[in-house]
This record gives sequence, structure tokens and C-alpha cells, in this order.
Amino acid sequence: MNKKNLLLLLLFFTGVPAFAQKAEVVKFEKLDAIINQESEKVTVINFWATWCGPCVKELPYFKEVAAQNPDVNVYLVSLDFVEKLDRVNTFIEKKGLQSQVLLLDEMDYNSWIDKVDESWSGAIPATLLINSATGERKFVEKELEEGELEKLIAELSN
Amino acid sequence: MLKLKLLSLLLFVVFFAGTKVNSGYQVGDTVKDFELKNVDGEMLALSDFEDEKGVILIFDCNTCPYSQAYLDRIKGLHANFKPKGYPVIAINPNDPGRSPGDSFDKMVAYAKENGYKHDYLQDEGQSVARAFGASNTPHVFVLKNEEGEFKVAYIGAIDNNTKDAAAADKKYVEDAVNALLEGKTPTTNKTKAIGCTIKWKEA
Repeated sequence: MNKKNLLLLLLFFTGVPAFAQKAEVVKFEKLDAIINQESEKVTVINFWATWCGPCVKELPYFKEVAAQNPDVNVYLVSLDFVEKLDRVNTFIEKKGLQSQVLLLDEMDYNSWIDKVDESWSGAIPATLLINSATGERKFVEKELEEGELEKLIAELSN
Repeated sequence: MLKLKLLSLLLFVVFFAGTKVNSGYQVGDTVKDFELKNVDGEMLALSDFEDEKGVILIFDCNTCPYSQAYLDRIKGLHANFKPKGYPVIAINPNDPGRSPGDSFDKMVAYAKENGYKHDYLQDEGQSVARAFGASNTPHVFVLKNEEGEFKVAYIGAIDNNTKDAAAADKKYVEDAVNALLEGKTPTTNKTKAIGCTIKWKEA
């Protein structure tokens, strides 16, 4: 067996390089539908961008929650310009992000920021958490510390 | 009973001190004077602009891609409105400890490289950004000079398309300043935009 086949076999059994997903380019309508969807789970929507240092820093916490907590739906909403889609996809692959990534291609910010949350100034990172069963929401406009996301989810799950 | 009242007042104050959202100047508020170091090395105060009709104050920086996207438009605002009595003053509030590309030396170099005609000040203690309630860059405050008192007339974004000036069909700042120049009140006096969070000093 040559090396290449061996590698393929190995990949087959370990199942690893789960084909990295790609960002879906969406308009606000799609995000609005996610915000208002009915679900038994807690919905976590994180607003980030590849160029935003604090956003990139906190992403592992979202990755962790998505992997560990089956009762939570995590959506990562990238505010990168749509022209940078390749950069976003490369980033997703490099960081091994498994959650759904939506690239929000909606320039007229003032028309939709308030619909996410009225308290949002527009600075990122920002995170919206929704318990659609109770209608309860939480919105945080800052970089989360380790363990903070879990705490916010726990507060909403009750 | 008085003690209880004092206690609840204290709790009230503490509670609101903790919620920083929406604090800072609102439209109509009078701005307190401040003095910061300009890229030419001199100190510059808001009161130094007392002979102008107002100022277009922009919290801005070297490093934010959104600030960079607006660079030419910010220079354009100054070129257009300085002769009419509304110069641009850019203020960099980012902590160079967290954002090394925003140090004073880098600001001087950036202003030179990009041919800044407007002033570019460093808010070293971040107290001016806090007083204004600035949250991101670029974040604009149009101030109108009313007999020596600078009053907030507009807060928000420059226009409604960050990446493409030609595609912006709402030019918020331009419209607000033009309204003020005609002695009117701006129709839109508050907008929001996605931007880079101000890099606050670690507490």
C-alpha cells in the first residue's frame, strides 16, 4: 500500500477532516427569521468579523459551547464585506468552525441594527441569546470572558 | 428611613454606573471643553474652535478597517466643510497597549502618509471618548457652536454604505451639517453603524 492510500484509509477511519463548511451569504431577512424562529433550544447569535481582534479571541468559547451543549444552536454572523468571502471561508477552515456561519451582506446598517437589539451601538463583538420557548432574550455588546457564555446560557435555560 | 432612602439612592447610582450602555452625550447636550495632544505635538482644545460655526468630531483610528474605508470621505468632509465653518476633528481613543498600531507615533506617521489636513488628536486617558459615550470607530458627533457653547446636533455614522461611498444614498453627516448651515435642525440626528469597538484600557 502506498503512502497516499494509507493516508486516505487513515482519514476514512478517523473521520477527521470533516469537510469544512462554508459561510452562507445572507440578507437580514434570513437573520430575522433565525431570531424569531421557534425552537426548543437556546439560540446564540454571535456577531463577528475576521478583522476584529476581540471577536476572533472569543470565538473558541462559541466553538466549545456548540460542541458541548446539544441544547444550544450557535450561529456565527460574519460582518466581513462580501468581497472577503474567500478570506472568511479560509478562516472557518483554519479554525475548524463547525457552527453555521452566515455572512450578512447588508450595508444599510441603520436599517437593521435596532432589529437585532435596540441597545446595540453597532460595535462588535456582540452576542444575542434567545430562549424562544419563553421569549426571553439577552444581548451583550462586548468581548466575553471564559465561562461567561455558559453562564448566560444557563440563565436563559431556566 | 433616611438611611434606607440613601441606601436605595446609592444602589441606584451603583446600578446605573455599571450599565455603560447609552451613557454619554445625547443630541441637544452641551459638551464640556477638553484639551488633547494633536499630531503636530501641540495641545488643542475644543474651545480653540470658538470662531467656527461648529465642528465635525469623529472618533477614529489608524487600525480599524471601517475607519480606513471612510478615510477619503473623512478627508472630503474636512475639505468641503472647513471653508464653511465646520472643520473635522478626529480623535483616536484606542489604548495603544491593546492596539499598538494606534500609538501616538503611529498616528503622526499615519496622518502624514495620508495627507491629513484635519487635526488628529490622541485621547490618551480615554476620558473624552467616555464623556461622549463613543463606542466604535468611526463614530461621528456633529457639534454646533451656540455662542461659545458646543451642542450635540448629530450622533452616528457618516453615511449608509461603509464599503462604497458611491452607493451610499443617505449622507447623514453631510445632510446634518448642511441643515445646520441653513439654520435648520437636522432631520436625522441619530444613526447606528457597525464599527470596530474602541479598545478600552484593561480595567
